[in-house]
Amino acid sequence: MRLPVSLIRRSLLAGVSGLPLIVAAAPGAYAAGMPQLDFKNPLVTGQVIWGGIIFLFFYLALRNWALPKVETVLSNRHERITGDLDQAHEAKMEADKAVRELNETKKAAAAQAQAHLDSVLAQEHAASAQRLAEINAKLETEIASAEANVAAERKRAMESLRPIASDVAESLIQRLTGQAPDRASVDAAIARASVQSAH
Amino acid sequence: MASGSSIDVLGQFELHPVLGGLGEAIRLSQSPVYMVIACALVLAFMFYGMKPASVVPGRFQAAAEICYEFVRNLAVDTIGPEGTSFFPFIFALFFFILAGNYLGLVPHSFTFTSHIAVTFALAIMVFVLSIIVSLKVQGLKFFAHFMPAGAPVALAPLLVPIEILSFLSRPVSLSIRLFANMVAGHVMFDIFASFVIMLAGLGFIGDVLAVGPIAINIALIGLELLVGVLQAYVFAILTCIYLREAVAH
Repeated sequence: MRLPVSLIRRSLLAGVSGLPLIVAAAPGAYAAGMPQLDFKNPLVTGQVIWGGIIFLFFYLALRNWALPKVETVLSNRHERITGDLDQAHEAKMEADKAVRELNETKKAAAAQAQAHLDSVLAQEHAASAQRLAEINAKLETEIASAEANVAAERKRAMESLRPIASDVAESLIQRLTGQAPDRASVDAAIARASVQSAH
Repeated sequence: MASGSSIDVLGQFELHPVLGGLGEAIRLSQSPVYMVIACALVLAFMFYGMKPASVVPGRFQAAAEICYEFVRNLAVDTIGPEGTSFFPFIFALFFFILAGNYLGLVPHSFTFTSHIAVTFALAIMVFVLSIIVSLKVQGLKFFAHFMPAGAPVALAPLLVPIEILSFLSRPVSLSIRLFANMVAGHVMFDIFASFVIMLAGLGFIGDVLAVGPIAINIALIGLELLVGVLQAYVFAILTCIYLREAVAH
């Protein structure tokens, strides 16, 4: 680790500029007047000893008493602040958890309501489909019975038509030929014709 | 201090024994007395400031805490993590010098930082401490610092003496900077104050003209308040830089 160059230059400069003062400290320079450079005065050198003792006590008082006191206060404050921050953090976590729970409950309730709605709808659908099926079945049986009736009526009408046709054919043949035809052959011919027209 | 028409600006730096003969015998002048006052003021400030020791500080406590944190940051930021162990020393140094500088601004008081013996003793203390720490942390590698890393070996006969000289000039520059600043400030106060007394002898016109030196002295008080804290700061931060160099591997 080296000092910055500027610092070296500065300290060198200061050292050089201080040289005249060191020269002035030489014996005889005191005549020029600076009481600080009168090193023959025991009070001047006495300052060093007294200053050393005083500074030592000052240092010890600061290190062992005054500064630890500040340190304690500052660390207490730091602990208090971080403690409060932790507490606030915990409270926020709890609030977040409560919000999350609330949201979940809301979602569950909505899902339940939807399911209920769906089931009611499904039931309703099933019921209406059943009703429709019943109505259809009823209508079909009615249609079937009506058709059966119609077929029976038709059959009866057709059956009652044959003697009329035989009579008409007999009278037509008598008028055309002048002689009465054989009733049995007329009936057979009618039956044949009606079977053909039925196809 | 003007005696007659001559100006005795250096009389203010003279030391007088206190407690009469006893003071003379134990070499006790007013200078150590002011050191005791300065230290007592700082300790009283810290004591009464931190007396409430409350989580939310009052103004006085906040001031004491600011002083603490200012010097602590100075020490830890400059020296590094090892700065914590030197912090009480830096704090003591900074406030010893600051209190001495400011105490000297009180009229009729004495500025112990205007004595080269005091500032040189402080600087030598820092110098010796940095050498001891260097030798303890780095061992004999400490002497490698006198040859700048990366410099051509051929230049060693030139560079090594320069580095040694610059290293040895540290306590000199450190002490003379503080001493010269304090002396210069107080000499200027005395010169301008003497002007006022000399102008007073000229009658009415002198009374009017004397406003000038008084105004200059008022401005100088402001300047000296700045210089006082600045010199204490420079002394402390240079100490930190020397110690950082000492603890660096």
